[in-house]
Amino acid sequence: MANNENPNRDLTPMENLERGKEKRGMGIKTRRRISNTIAYVVLILISIIWIAPFVFLIFQSLEVSSTGWSAHVIPKAWGFDNYIYLFSAEANFNRWYFNTFVIALFSCIGQTLMQIMMAYVLSRFRFKLRKPLMNFMLILGMFPGFLTMIILYNVLKDLGLTQANAVPGLILVSIASSGMGYYVIKGFFDTVSKSLDEAALIDGATRGQVFVKVILPLTKPIVIYTILTAFMAPWGDFIFASYIAFGSSQGYNVAVGLYQWLTVEQLPYHYTHFCSGGVVVSVPVITLFLMLQRYYVEGVTGGAVKG
Amino acid sequence: MASAMSQYELLRYGKAKRFGYKFVQFFKSLPRRLLNLLIKLGIIIKNLVFGIGRFCKDVVMTFVRGTWKTRLTYVVMGFGNLAHKQFLRGLLFLAFEAAFIFYMIFAGGYWLSQLPTLGTVKVHTETQIVAGKEVPTTVYGDNSFKILLYGVLTIFFIVALVFTWWLSVKQSRTLDQIDEDKKKIATDKDDLRGLVDANFHRTMLALPLVGMVVFTVIPIIFMILVAFTNFDLNHNPPAGLFTWVGWDNFGQLFTWGGSKFSATFGEILVWTLIWAFFATFTNYFLGMLVALLINKKGIKFKKGWRTILVLTVTIPQFISLLYISKMFGEQGIINKTLSDWGWISSPIYFWKDPTLAKITVIIINIWIGIPYLMLMVTGILMNIPADLYESAKIDGASPLQQYMKITLPYMLFVTGPYLLTSFTGNMNNFNVIYLLTGGGPTNVRLYNSAGQTNLLITWLYATTVSDNQYNLAAVIGIMVFIVVALISMIVYNLLPSNRNEEDLA
Repeated sequence: MANNENPNRDLTPMENLERGKEKRGMGIKTRRRISNTIAYVVLILISIIWIAPFVFLIFQSLEVSSTGWSAHVIPKAWGFDNYIYLFSAEANFNRWYFNTFVIALFSCIGQTLMQIMMAYVLSRFRFKLRKPLMNFMLILGMFPGFLTMIILYNVLKDLGLTQANAVPGLILVSIASSGMGYYVIKGFFDTVSKSLDEAALIDGATRGQVFVKVILPLTKPIVIYTILTAFMAPWGDFIFASYIAFGSSQGYNVAVGLYQWLTVEQLPYHYTHFCSGGVVVSVPVITLFLMLQRYYVEGVTGGAVKG
Repeated sequence: MASAMSQYELLRYGKAKRFGYKFVQFFKSLPRRLLNLLIKLGIIIKNLVFGIGRFCKDVVMTFVRGTWKTRLTYVVMGFGNLAHKQFLRGLLFLAFEAAFIFYMIFAGGYWLSQLPTLGTVKVHTETQIVAGKEVPTTVYGDNSFKILLYGVLTIFFIVALVFTWWLSVKQSRTLDQIDEDKKKIATDKDDLRGLVDANFHRTMLALPLVGMVVFTVIPIIFMILVAFTNFDLNHNPPAGLFTWVGWDNFGQLFTWGGSKFSATFGEILVWTLIWAFFATFTNYFLGMLVALLINKKGIKFKKGWRTILVLTVTIPQFISLLYISKMFGEQGIINKTLSDWGWISSPIYFWKDPTLAKITVIIINIWIGIPYLMLMVTGILMNIPADLYESAKIDGASPLQQYMKITLPYMLFVTGPYLLTSFTGNMNNFNVIYLLTGGGPTNVRLYNSAGQTNLLITWLYATTVSDNQYNLAAVIGIMVFIVVALISMIVYNLLPSNRNEEDLA
């Protein structure tokens, strides 16, 4: 076969451009405009699909309570009745909200500290049991988390930290073994150059001073990411919270409280209340998130790559 | 085919053939990989046995050769430290020993002695004579739950003591040596300073590790032991006793011909794997697509599109998922709207038909997962060198070719480990299933009328909370662990890059 008849032979760049123009039959600009229009249409469609449930949620929260369980997208009667009910003494919502806020506050501080300590040590120190320890934690992580639920419940019950006193119990459990989730922060620490540590050590700093004065200031983005995710998690924490606080409305967090409004018996009375509760819970979390979005993106990307 | 093709020979083959070759090679290498694994396990066991042997020898030899200070340390922990003026360490050792002896006499001994039976005295009524009258009163017997829990704790305590004891002996030995060499022995002040310097890692690890042992390790060991008992609704302390039953619970799972329990387990396991596969890969590819779309040249408001999508990540899942679950209900917005428009005459039972429910769950999970993937992918896409695309364009590669040859391979390479964790994470994705379907629709054909969209994890939850069959729940939990561990191990060995962490910094 002669070489110049081979259709798969390499073309020179100029030939390629020529061929491209012939094939397309129109200018690059027109093509781009068309493809961009399609992209915009798809993006708008996607946005609608993603936003719609929340718009519905807000609409239904503004439905006047008396209509109860409703499936109208647009309320028949608008009003703030649901919100008024939510903050009234009749509903225990204030209490749940406060509980959740306390849990979120304490567990985000505690979890962040635990994870930073663990991550710093595993990233910076080389000691005999380091690898075995990391492997051990990896293996532990493969056990389903709430396998241990009954025993923790019983222990907390013995300590008097269940039902109405569930809040400190939940904080304790959420902080205690959080050190095992050190991966993202360690990934970040690994990228901070070790020569910084060494320079400080040569200057006579102790290891503790290196940590507090050199490393911590550099890790602001990842610390904010950890605080943010740890603060957001309790707002949706349902499984363990419902088990520990079972039977005492005083100890519920928002997730457990709102969930029991959607049980078959409660649904006809509380559906719209659930919607308004959902809105009230989401607002602070979303605000916080939008303010710190930059750090969240950094954390998500970093966590996936360095894992 | 000859043993192994050289790289050059491989390149001469077409694409399909090359892939086929690699595929075959993988399965050919499986026995070898498994063998390697077994050998590794064997080495670990061998090291363990030899380690114990060496430890025993060391204990005897240290005693024989040691000074009187070290010998006395065998009985009085921390004596060696005290004799060398390390009061802080010495007193800590001594206090630990005292605490241990005190605990064993007043509590530990009892729990340990009850451990083999898990208690024998049931709740019963005794007639007591109160003020000359016979009054029947309820007397609580042994509490199997506490016996098992404190029994495990006691064993932990004993292991900790042996460890600390040996530490104290070794320190005494070392101190004698230093003394003999006429070198300086670290004072208490040095020790305290070491806590923030040379031993800083110990200080930092103390709290996280204690938390982990108390709240994760001990509970997991406890639950593993529960899998070998008959701890269920009928044997529920404090009213009832439970006891050891050996491998009976596992026997239920692996009966020849299959029990109802094992059939249910099989069905749920298969669905869990199917779910994890679809949940991971639909999200991965569609998320990447959306990211590429937003990053496309000429698209404006990039940040705005991203924010809109990311809102769904922010809103607590129990709100969004519960709300959507109601939206798809029989009288939910979807059915209402469709019938208002006259498209359907009777409601679509999204949650009552098992197949439809499974499909709906996977689709809604796409809605949940895409924003997260989109964020992640966007970050990684920016790291791909732009000149790769430039040169591809000059060579006349179409956008699809650019994607297949540059973007996808790069993404797969970088996010390989992430895909693995995401797969196992999806296997244990409690929220999506529980909040959307609650595991339903239920089916009497299954054990305890389990729901058909249950993952192993939600089934585990139902078995614990609704059915109170803690022993079977423990078995399920152990099986989940085994499946996750197996998958992780296999995939991790297949990944192209096991990146070295030392290379990163």
